[in-house]
Amino acid sequence: MTNSILLPLLGGALIGLSASLLLWANGRVAGISGIVGSVLAPIRGDVAWRLVFFGGLLTGGLLLVWLRPGAFGAPASLGSSGIALLAAAGLLVGFGSRLGNGCTSGHGICGISRGSVRSIVATLTFMATGALTVFLARHVF
Amino acid sequence: MRPLISAFLSGLLFALGLGLSGMTDPANVLGFLDIAGDWDFRLAFVMVGAIAVHAALRPLIHRRERPLYAPKFPTFSVTAVDSKLLVGSALFGVGWGLGGYCPGPALTSLATGASQLLVFVPAMFAGMYVAQVVQARSGASARSASLGVTPHP
Repeated sequence: MTNSILLPLLGGALIGLSASLLLWANGRVAGISGIVGSVLAPIRGDVAWRLVFFGGLLTGGLLLVWLRPGAFGAPASLGSSGIALLAAAGLLVGFGSRLGNGCTSGHGICGISRGSVRSIVATLTFMATGALTVFLARHVF
Repeated sequence: MRPLISAFLSGLLFALGLGLSGMTDPANVLGFLDIAGDWDFRLAFVMVGAIAVHAALRPLIHRRERPLYAPKFPTFSVTAVDSKLLVGSALFGVGWGLGGYCPGPALTSLATGASQLLVFVPAMFAGMYVAQVVQARSGASARSASLGVTPHP
C-alpha cells in the first residue's frame, strides 16, 4: 500500500515543484490547457514561453520513453471505433477545459493550492462527470 | 532568455512528474475514475503530493514583490462560480472519462508517437480553438483570464 502510493506522491511532488517554479520565475499559473490553448489566439510577446514550456513537456516525454517506457501503458492497436472515441474525447477535453478556464492542473492543482472556490467546484465537477462516464462505459453499456 | 529556461524546466519537471506518478497511462486514469468498479485510488495521491508542495511553497513565493522574470504575479478577476465554469468542467470530465487523457498527460505522451495521441491531441486543439472562438464572439474573452493564463493589463 505505502509502496503503491509512493510514486504517485513523488510524481505529484514534482508537479507541485514545476508549478512553483513557473509561478516564482515567470509569474504564471501552471495550467496546461491555458498555457497551450492561448497559443491558438496569440498575443505578441506572450507566445515563446508557452511553446518552450510545451517543448519541456515533450522533452520530458522523450526522457520517459527512453528511461521509463512502461509509464505510457501497454501499446494498443487503434481501430476505427477507437479513433472516433478518441477524437470525441479530445474535442470535449479541449472545448471543456477552455470554456471552464482550466483542467486537472490549473484547477485541480494550482487552483486548489490557493484555495479557489471556483477551482474546487470545477475539480469536483470534472471528477464527477469523469467517473459517471467511466461508470456508463464500463458497467452500463 | 532566462524566463524561457525556467519555462522549459517547468515543462520538463511537469512531464517527469506525470510519468513517474502514473498519470501518463490512460488505464491508470480510467481505473481511478472507475469508483463503482475495482477502484484504483492511487492517483488521488498525485493531487495530494502536488497540492502539498505547491500550497506550501506559494506563500514563500509571494513574499517576493514580483516574480523573478515578470512584472507581477497573476491576479484572478473572476471569482464567481458561473455556468461557463460548470458546463466547461462537466464536458471536460466526460472527455477525460472517455479517453483517459487530460491535456498535460496527452501532450507528454505525444512523445511516444502513438497513434492514440495523433488522434487525441489534434482533436483537443480543435476543441480549444472552437471554445476560444465561441467565447470571443460572445464577448466573454475579456474576462476569461480567471486562471491568470492570459496577461493582465
